[in-house]
Amino acid sequence: MSNYPSDLKYTKDHEWAKKAGSSVVVGVTFHAQDALGAVVYVELPKVGTAVKAHASFGVIESTKAVSELFAPISGKVTKINDNVTANPGTVNDDPYAAWLIEIEPSTAADFDALLDQPTYVKSLEAAK
Amino acid sequence: MARSTPLNAAHRKAGGRMVDFAGWDMPVQYDGLIQEHERVRTGVGLFDVSHMGEIEFKGPGALEEANRLITNDLGRCTDGQAVYAGLLNEKGTFVDDVVAYRFSPEHIFICVNASNADKDFAWMHSNAKKVKPVNRSDDYAQIAVQGPKAFGLVQRLCKKSLEGVGTYRFTTGDVAGVPCIISRTGYTGEDGFELYCPPDKAEALWYAIIEEGKPEAAAPSGLGARDSLRTEMKFALYGNDIDDAHTPLEANLGWIVKLDKADFIGKSVLVAQKAAGIPRKLIGFEMVDAGIPRGHYGILHNGEKVGEVTSGTMGPSIKKAIGIGYVPTALSAEGSMFHVDIRGRAAAARVVKTPFYKKA
Repeated sequence: MSNYPSDLKYTKDHEWAKKAGSSVVVGVTFHAQDALGAVVYVELPKVGTAVKAHASFGVIESTKAVSELFAPISGKVTKINDNVTANPGTVNDDPYAAWLIEIEPSTAADFDALLDQPTYVKSLEAAK
Repeated sequence: MARSTPLNAAHRKAGGRMVDFAGWDMPVQYDGLIQEHERVRTGVGLFDVSHMGEIEFKGPGALEEANRLITNDLGRCTDGQAVYAGLLNEKGTFVDDVVAYRFSPEHIFICVNASNADKDFAWMHSNAKKVKPVNRSDDYAQIAVQGPKAFGLVQRLCKKSLEGVGTYRFTTGDVAGVPCIISRTGYTGEDGFELYCPPDKAEALWYAIIEEGKPEAAAPSGLGARDSLRTEMKFALYGNDIDDAHTPLEANLGWIVKLDKADFIGKSVLVAQKAAGIPRKLIGFEMVDAGIPRGHYGILHNGEKVGEVTSGTMGPSIKKAIGIGYVPTALSAEGSMFHVDIRGRAAAARVVKTPFYKKA
């Protein structure tokens, strides 16, 4: 399943998360961008914003739909990907390269509780 | 259980993503909304619109009967001509928007929205005095072939010359051996045809068009592209932009209302509204600030909610965030500024000339 890299963690809301030093990088999964269709708008929080696990941190829109982005973990936004807000279609081109935000976690436990690749892929198949 | 058109299997085979639309199991998308939109703007796309309803008036007085139910004037048409019209209630607001075809003064054929087909038929039936309508919805499938290359493609499949069938004109004849009403109409802003055919022949016709259209890369487009194409043209969608709370004058559709013809249902209200002044107008706007307007977002002026967005999207051809909505008439002139409440953020927008999309 190359659409779902095994070195990433996932959420049931179709976000992916990956450790980068002390921070966690967040994006949306292949399934999320496929279900949305052509992504035409991404709205991200400002650096420094506090985000809460499972709470909305932004919005992603395709031509036909608006969808909320949910934080995989709690913490503070340390970086946002301006390239994605300027070129939303990059989310469709490669959802794993087109990361959205980086979060400084408030607790390590949040990341450990995320789904691993086989569990996420199984949940996608179950939902079919 | 959603109803299926005769092309349901073809959609599934083509990888269509199926959704419930007005009680019908319909393809919203196949290979990607943007591609499906672009193929209609630059080449040719096929839409299954078999879910639309068809209602017929036949016999002496058919034209007069139908004409009393709609805002446009079939009396001013020639045989073989169609008109876009409002079907109004006594309040002068929309029961539906329709296309009425004049085969002859004794034969009028009306295409109505899928979501309204039963309601429209009941309305027409209860208001028809002498000539009662017949609901022919189950007798027709409909395929829209749309795009700058649609004419040539359909012509190759039809022995009859279609040169004389101008915009909003129609004829009957075989297309790929299937008997059709061949109508030079559409909902995309592009040239093309809408082909009404027997349901049991629809699949054969669909595949014949795709096969013959290989040089043009003819392929299906879904309801998603249909919506973005019509939004770029500011074509109204019933249930979004027009409904039983708005008159055609408010919807900026004065051109489909012929107040100088004989009486029709809703006419007196429109005459009075025209005299008193139209309080609000359906306008097209583009975003000045970032964000995409969507249906039901508030339209704000000086911090007060003064109207509502009825349709909005990022236009795939014009590459701008655009919207349609009702605003007070004072705010309806081109260049007027207001704000759209995008999830609590007031984003600036400006009234622009429509259609949003203009052919190069």
